[in-house]
Amino acid sequence: MLVISDLHATAGEKEILKGISLTVNAGEVHAIMGPNGSGKSTLAQIIAGHPGYVVTSGSITYEGRDLLEMQAEERAQAGVFLAFQYPVEIPGVTNAYFFRSAYNEVRKANGKEELDPIEFLDLMEKKLKLVEMDPAMLHRSVNAGFSGGEKKRNEILQMAVLEPKLAILDETDSGLDIDALRVVAGGVNALKRPDNAAIVVTHYQRLLNYIVPDFVHVLAHGKIVKSGGKELALELEARGYDWVMEAA
Amino acid sequence: MANAPAAVRSEGYEQAFASLRASSGPAWLPALRREAMDRFNALGFPTTRNEDWHFTSVTPIAERVFKVTSARTGAATLSPADIAALVIGDADWHRLVFVNGRFEPSLSAFAGLPADVRVTTLAEALKESPEFVAEHLGKLAKHDGHSFTALNTAFAQDGVVIHVPASEVVEAPIHIVHVADASAAGAGIHPRLLVVAEPLSQLTIVESYASSGAIAAPYLTNAVAEIEVGNGARVSHFKIQRESSDAFHVGTVQVRQGRDSMYHSFSYASGAALSRTNVYTKLAGENAETRLNGLYLIDGTQHADHQTFVEHLAPACASRELYKGILDGNSHGVFNGKVYVDPIAQKTDGKQTNHALLLSDHARVDTKPQLEIFADDVKCTHGATVGRLDEGALFYMKSRGIGAEYARALLTYAFAAEVLETIEVDALREGLEAQAFARFTQSFGEQR
Repeated sequence: MLVISDLHATAGEKEILKGISLTVNAGEVHAIMGPNGSGKSTLAQIIAGHPGYVVTSGSITYEGRDLLEMQAEERAQAGVFLAFQYPVEIPGVTNAYFFRSAYNEVRKANGKEELDPIEFLDLMEKKLKLVEMDPAMLHRSVNAGFSGGEKKRNEILQMAVLEPKLAILDETDSGLDIDALRVVAGGVNALKRPDNAAIVVTHYQRLLNYIVPDFVHVLAHGKIVKSGGKELALELEARGYDWVMEAA
Repeated sequence: MANAPAAVRSEGYEQAFASLRASSGPAWLPALRREAMDRFNALGFPTTRNEDWHFTSVTPIAERVFKVTSARTGAATLSPADIAALVIGDADWHRLVFVNGRFEPSLSAFAGLPADVRVTTLAEALKESPEFVAEHLGKLAKHDGHSFTALNTAFAQDGVVIHVPASEVVEAPIHIVHVADASAAGAGIHPRLLVVAEPLSQLTIVESYASSGAIAAPYLTNAVAEIEVGNGARVSHFKIQRESSDAFHVGTVQVRQGRDSMYHSFSYASGAALSRTNVYTKLAGENAETRLNGLYLIDGTQHADHQTFVEHLAPACASRELYKGILDGNSHGVFNGKVYVDPIAQKTDGKQTNHALLLSDHARVDTKPQLEIFADDVKCTHGATVGRLDEGALFYMKSRGIGAEYARALLTYAFAAEVLETIEVDALREGLEAQAFARFTQSFGEQR
């Protein structure tokens, strides 16, 4: 589904990714762990098409297409979804309108019929239950004045509505208490299907108790320094990151 | 910028003044008008050398003489349906309609008011209760230093007088509609509004300014409102200016607030070739609150200038201001927010915010906050931004599959909606939101 090969990227003058290679197949969950500043979030944002980075060499192929040639909205329409570490507040646009616009733009791009506001509300009611959110949030502005936990739930709600093929969760667990973490992870697990995949970016092993990965990769200084199965996450939790980085 | 000499400008107005038919009003009125005319003659139109008009040249107004139109003689040219199509309102509202500055009874409906609430035209009030008018007219809107106010006082033919007795609550908004039509070509329209809200009363006023059809020559709307908000009274005041590009619009609102009172003002301006809106409020009693919000949406060669002046003249008053502008084309916006805190006004809590969004490289905004604080125990802040759409928000929307152009349109609407949200009159808020939504997203054919 996703093939990243020898990806190098810079932000301004600084090289942040220094040769990342990663293959994600349908049905797989990959965890990307690593200390702060290792480039985890940069990788997530580059896959989603953030304009703040320049890919200097390497490639990303998504379902046979050159992902780096696609605009951010085209990537989303093709099934790539990034749950933001810091979801953006958009005062003045209601969640209901934002969700419906996104949903219909994605449908339209895929040659499917758009839903009218009433039909869409029916869909939303089901999805809201999944993340245990109050329907009243639909009438609030996007993320405006939301608590940290509400913002993260709202991200998972968007994911539930858009049903992406490739979901990237960028530190979705940061700042969440255990109840919110359970809800968020439950939402992610409920959306797991044999034909989609997820990349879970996290600093802590904690989230991986709930979202069990097939593969764990450790990113340090812009490179993947170690890959393994889910047991690697437990080892990192017990021993920290230093030993992997030294070994590399 | 060269203005014609003041003497030349006012000579035309002096002739126009002399040709006004002597009104049947009370004896003091001609004297007041004469005095205002003299003041106007002395002041002339402001030039950009005047600090309050530094960014706004009124040359296009000063180079003509806008004469008062004569009263309509034929049948009414506009139907109630025409009015409904021109302004945002609700059937439940009390409505007074003026066409080219003249009251149109056939288009007006305000019979359902509480019996002791007085709502009349100025012409009627001058006949029925001249003492009341004499007591209040020109007391807040002084003509000695303001040429446009002087001009209004000299030429005002009609307007609205509202008197709400103590503790009376007027539920439905009173909607004052000013429409200019083809007969307004070259005319000066000088509406006057006088509001006295006695202690503990409550009132909502909506003023709408619109134009109907093609108008062959520019016209001038020069409105003055005086609003007395008694102790503990609450007045909400919405001014919706959507005149055509044939219009020059100058509006001045002068407010005085008593103890524990609340005055909420919202100024919406999307019309007129050149507009200047002044909202001046004096917080004259303790613990009063004022909220001045506004939104202007301009394009082409439009010029929109807003000036606010909040005078904290008593302790523990709060003022909140949020003005936003969205500018496209070669348009020019100006915001000048003045706050004065008197030495006696301790515990003042003032906050002023002004944001402008530039959609074009050729649009321009000048913004000037002015704080004069003479008390030491106060909290006063001001913030201003001029910018473009937030790239972070754009990426967020795009990452959800929303196309770049549509994301821009939605964010532009959102910028406007954030201040429209503060309008507590549902029909008005929804109407203006729909206007703004259509303005920025109509090319995408989306439904809200």
